[in-house]
Amino acid sequence: MELQFDALVVGSGLAGLRAALEIPEGLKVGLVSKVFPTRSHSGAAQGGIGAALSNEEPDSWEWHMYDTVKGGDYLTDQDAAETLAMDAARAVYELEHMGVPFNRTAEGKIAQRAFGGHTRNYGEGPVKRSCYAADRTGRVVLDTLFGKALEKKIHIFSEVYMIDLIIEKGHAAGIVTYDLATGAVEIVRARAVLIATGGFGRVYKTNSNCFSNTGDGVYLCFRNGTPLEDMEFVQFHPTGIYPLGVLVSEAARGEGGILKNGLGYRFMPDYAPTLKDLAPRDVVSRAIDTEIRQGRGVNGRDYVHLDLTGLGADKIEEKLSDISSFARIYLGVDSATEPIPVTPTCHYMMGGIPTDLNGRVLDKHGKPIIGLYAAGEAACVSVHGANRLGTNSLLDLVVFGRRAGISIAHDEKNLHLSDISRDIVNELTSKINAIKRSKGPKPASLRARIRQIMTDCCSVFRNNDDMEKGLEQILSIKEQYRSVSIDNKADKFNTDLLDAIELESLLGLAEVILVSAIARTESRGAHYREDYPQRDDHNWLKHTMVTAGSDGLEISFKPVKITKFEPKARTF
Amino acid sequence: MKIILRVFRFDPSVDEAPYYRNYSVQAEPYERVLDCLNRIKWEQDGTLAYRMSCAHGVCGSDAMKINGRCALACQKLVRDCEADLILVEPLPSFTVLKDLIVDLNPFFDKVNFVHPFLYAGTPPEKERLQSPEERKKMGESIRCILCACCTAACPVVNENENFLGPAPLVQAFRRIFDSRDTQKIERLDQLDVEDGVWACLNHYECTRVCPKEIPVTKYINTIKREIKKILGPSPE
Repeated sequence: MELQFDALVVGSGLAGLRAALEIPEGLKVGLVSKVFPTRSHSGAAQGGIGAALSNEEPDSWEWHMYDTVKGGDYLTDQDAAETLAMDAARAVYELEHMGVPFNRTAEGKIAQRAFGGHTRNYGEGPVKRSCYAADRTGRVVLDTLFGKALEKKIHIFSEVYMIDLIIEKGHAAGIVTYDLATGAVEIVRARAVLIATGGFGRVYKTNSNCFSNTGDGVYLCFRNGTPLEDMEFVQFHPTGIYPLGVLVSEAARGEGGILKNGLGYRFMPDYAPTLKDLAPRDVVSRAIDTEIRQGRGVNGRDYVHLDLTGLGADKIEEKLSDISSFARIYLGVDSATEPIPVTPTCHYMMGGIPTDLNGRVLDKHGKPIIGLYAAGEAACVSVHGANRLGTNSLLDLVVFGRRAGISIAHDEKNLHLSDISRDIVNELTSKINAIKRSKGPKPASLRARIRQIMTDCCSVFRNNDDMEKGLEQILSIKEQYRSVSIDNKADKFNTDLLDAIELESLLGLAEVILVSAIARTESRGAHYREDYPQRDDHNWLKHTMVTAGSDGLEISFKPVKITKFEPKARTF
Repeated sequence: MKIILRVFRFDPSVDEAPYYRNYSVQAEPYERVLDCLNRIKWEQDGTLAYRMSCAHGVCGSDAMKINGRCALACQKLVRDCEADLILVEPLPSFTVLKDLIVDLNPFFDKVNFVHPFLYAGTPPEKERLQSPEERKKMGESIRCILCACCTAACPVVNENENFLGPAPLVQAFRRIFDSRDTQKIERLDQLDVEDGVWACLNHYECTRVCPKEIPVTKYINTIKREIKKILGPSPE
């Protein structure tokens, strides 16, 4: 049976849910997710959502905008940063009104705490801007928006995977789904398609991402001719629990935690004299990796210590209880009395599908693709530039998710349903059958190699030679992938098959990351080139765009929008 | 170390009856049971089906029965299993769809039944005020990740499929004790029925298995007391 919708939202994290809630009652909305919606990875966000509410101390949206631009090392489009910061207070109040159980100040207002890179008066010192619900802010916002989606009776299709995206003659026509429970391949036509499928941190070996974060929506846009923007900017969060990579929120440092090297020395003041442990993530991750490379990891190993022992057990229990339970469960460490071993972990993708401020996906000429929208980590507005600040991702999701929903409502009069030929179903079914018949390598072995290669050549520190070698290896795995094989030939809940299909996304995105990172011969934000250690505004104050052309990948560039803040040296 | 995972296998459309298969896995004591399952699926037997996503106890996907007890596979470590044989089975009380995957639709229907969203009037311009003391009344209920461990482990649910079950009651608790919600009486009234809150017999299994350490039974009893206080004595 062929389904059709006025608007189809792919991905059920905060961006997808928030967009779906914004689409008016009269339109038929479908929400497709490869997991049950409350399993989405937005739920793993811990520390909070940024907004200059001034509930704890004076703050202003202009300072927030400035921090976002400087945190992004001036690659941030400043109209996007302005939209984000100006809309932040409204967005947070709206979440409170929907029911998010924020922590509270003594007067009953939303409580706020300090976070990396967020400052008062244009960089003077840390400011309390992060609105939080203990250390499970993402989870309770996800639950709240999901409750709203239930209240609004939105059609939700759980455990349904988008196996292809259909763009016909320059406009979105729908998607093809693979139903995990039955193995059925179906066309779903829609007048508008919103991609909100999240990031792809799973491209790296050590990461904080869930298994589902394989970037399918981003890759399918790319495969269908959409450019990808700023893909070289990969955020490594400084404090992943060693060796798992599970995140310890910046909130731990916002509440007073400090980083120490193997000598027990607090090293961050040497790297960032003003913000110290609360410098932006790229700065702190480089500092940690520098300490480790220079032999000052703990016991000579590749990790340092995050020390929360100064906080006291009560504060940890009240504000950081999930984090302390992770340390206890996975390491047997009592964070109130012992330091937590941490190391940088791949966390977030600044790059993605280029959109305007209203979620409309842009082609390589900067023109909107009719009926195609993107929001959240899958999209690149670009509001995070070369490095995202903590608490700006949840904000991005609800601010730009809502704007994408508004766009769909606004545009729908001019959007129409297109026919999609059944040939695509036959073609995808043949592709699935070919994987089932194949005798080649297994997805797990190829995936492990991709993740090792990316970790080795394109992490916190990068250089041309290693990345060129890495790219060569990725291309050779791409060849081997053509004969990928699986054990499971069944139709029902065949996650073996899903692994194989997702691997195509990971491979394609790994290649784009490398091509973008090799091209950018400067260091900016999260992209640090050992062979080009300086930022080079003269040549590189521009966005990287990579498009799949007929002769391989094509690189082009797009200017950065600069409005209020001229680029200057970035010190913290 | 080498351990054996004894795993429940069943494909209702093919197999006449469920069976168990033993897998030998090399695992470190600090690794998760989920790591062992992944090793089986990725290296030995790709036909094994189970759900998983975040792998650190936040998303709630990988609830299953491990050595007879409902738990998250990503939160149970090899060293905590106390034996070199780990028995892995699907959550009880639900219909098995394949291997360790169960049909959770009846569970989510019951969660939806309690209206897990806030009812409140026209909001002020800024946030609604809520004192830290009022906020604390929701307690640990905001930690619930809807993994269904509590409901699956509940002996009453096991015998009475009409019982609402612990997780929906935790969801109801969260809204009943949210000072911002305006439907407290309606919510209490909805639960004041035989298969609502009164079916709970204080077995405390829900509390024992909850991977987020929510005092589930205590919260159910708090709802019972609130019903008596606000709605008067129960019809029973």
